[in-house]
Amino acid sequence: MSIDRRSIALHVGLITVLFVGCFALNDYHQGNVARILVLATYAIGYNVMFGYTGLLSLGHAMFFAAGLYGLGMAMHYGGLPAIPAFVVGLICAAVLSALVAVLALRTIGVAFMIVTLMFAQSVFLAILYFGDWTRGDEGFVIAQSTRQVLGLDLTDPVTRYLAALALFSAALLITARMMHVRFGRVLIAVRENEERTRMLGYDVFRHKFLAVVISGTISGAAGAGYGLLFGYVGATFASVQYSIFPLLWVLLGGAGTTIGPLVGTIFMFYLIDYSSALTNAYMLIAGVVLVLLTLFARAGIMGEIRKRWAPWLP
Amino acid sequence: MDFGPHLMLATLEGAVGAAVLALTALGLSLVFGVMRVVNVAHGEFYMLGAVVAWFVSTAIGTHPALGFVGALIVAPLVAAGIAIAADRLVLKRVDYDPEATIVATIGILYIMQQAALMGFGPEARPVTEPFNSRIMLPLLDWSKGLPSFYYPTGWGAPSITSYKLFVIAAATAILISFWLILSRTKVGLIMRATQLDKETAQAFGIPVNRVYSLVFGLGAGLAALAAVLIVPIQQAHYLMGGDPLLLSFIVVIIGGLGSIRGTVVAALLIGLSDGIISVFFSPTLAKILATLLVAMVLVFRPQGLYGKKPA
Repeated sequence: MSIDRRSIALHVGLITVLFVGCFALNDYHQGNVARILVLATYAIGYNVMFGYTGLLSLGHAMFFAAGLYGLGMAMHYGGLPAIPAFVVGLICAAVLSALVAVLALRTIGVAFMIVTLMFAQSVFLAILYFGDWTRGDEGFVIAQSTRQVLGLDLTDPVTRYLAALALFSAALLITARMMHVRFGRVLIAVRENEERTRMLGYDVFRHKFLAVVISGTISGAAGAGYGLLFGYVGATFASVQYSIFPLLWVLLGGAGTTIGPLVGTIFMFYLIDYSSALTNAYMLIAGVVLVLLTLFARAGIMGEIRKRWAPWLP
Repeated sequence: MDFGPHLMLATLEGAVGAAVLALTALGLSLVFGVMRVVNVAHGEFYMLGAVVAWFVSTAIGTHPALGFVGALIVAPLVAAGIAIAADRLVLKRVDYDPEATIVATIGILYIMQQAALMGFGPEARPVTEPFNSRIMLPLLDWSKGLPSFYYPTGWGAPSITSYKLFVIAAATAILISFWLILSRTKVGLIMRATQLDKETAQAFGIPVNRVYSLVFGLGAGLAALAAVLIVPIQQAHYLMGGDPLLLSFIVVIIGGLGSIRGTVVAALLIGLSDGIISVFFSPTLAKILATLLVAMVLVFRPQGLYGKKPA
């Protein structure tokens, strides 16, 4: 099989397995995987910037929160139905990421990380400051009766799972396609050697800018999807912890691989799920995994597999 | 109370915050200056200092002053020990690669924070001051035409505790002695040489790896020391590392990455204005403005207010 065919088979196969999973899993795991699929969408968004373009952001929670609050506020206060509210969430995330891109891309390296961290912190604090509307830490619940799309009830577990799968598949296929065409190749070139890419005549800033906006918008779509499917909007999702999580998932699964974000999210989700039954200090696991990854497996799970056995992995 | 006493109190409270912040930020600045490492776990060494102070003062328990002196010695040593271990076991092995060290120190942050949650518990615990007396503050009176001091009495009369004044004095003394070490001793010379040019320093026989361990330990020790000073005023809590980390970042960036003088000046500026703004405005709003300001400084003036432009 050619590389193209293998990669198509991999993605379509993965989506099929996840589709079958909807009916094969018990209620508990079905709920978990639905949540994982939405969070993995967030990780896919993060991967576009970190894995492919080589831009390490420490503030992605602001894009997730922009989608989440964009949808949440539009439904809760604006009374918009689900689909227009989802679009509002996407627009919020896209606008915010464009703004952040224009400012933060003037910096590089460590300064870029800190600038994104600072912007995310301002967004988080702003959500707390406008607590009268956002309900701050407490958050608010989106009424169950409004969470309907085309007559489908998104609060029903099976519908919710399939909706999460649709969101995830869209993000997965978009990024897989994107990395296949010239635009994605240039992003990788920027990651590998920015100066050389510029010298070859590519507009580096334009590519980085689009990468940030695409990454932010996919993350925002995950946020909006999370609000719509699970009905809760709260400031926790804008906190530093939710900026660290996608970094952790992508690093664990394999930065710069299409299915790495999902693999990382599954592993981390279940690791934290099991350990939180043992201790309330479950973030300890996240810390240990981060240190071990930097020490021993910089490429992550899928990255190591690609390095050792399957160089064709997209 | 009218505006004057309010402002004076806010300034004094701000000065206490600024003194402690200067120590904490100095640790971060030193580590970044010499090693080019952004230590995201810096706030956790601060938290560790406060937690160790609580353990020491509880264990000694006879007189608060004894426990305090014990904590002043033990806490920085424990923090420095853990920091040196982290440097040897983790940072050195990833070759101080900027991205990898940030990810690794984020991991260390969570490990330390969650270990404190397991060993120390989720509640905030107080540490008794070694000494404490209320000092009334004089106000300036202009009503008789000539300025004269008077001491207001009754509820709401401006006062400060002797311990808070001690914190300001102690932090100043530490800062000055630190500056003397850095500028007048051989250890300081070695650290400055390593900061200027790692390879040349190595060529002149400076054990750069040991200097790195020392600097990382020193940075953590300074944060722990700052926390021991502040813990009788605040309380020890396993999540207390977040705010000092953010503020130290702000200070180090405004002051110019790696510039020690800039760091101290910025700490005074930020600490004082944070204290004053928090009294008159919402502290959340003050923080939003400060973080945005810092982001803008990094975007438009990445060398900081004091730092030199890169050649």
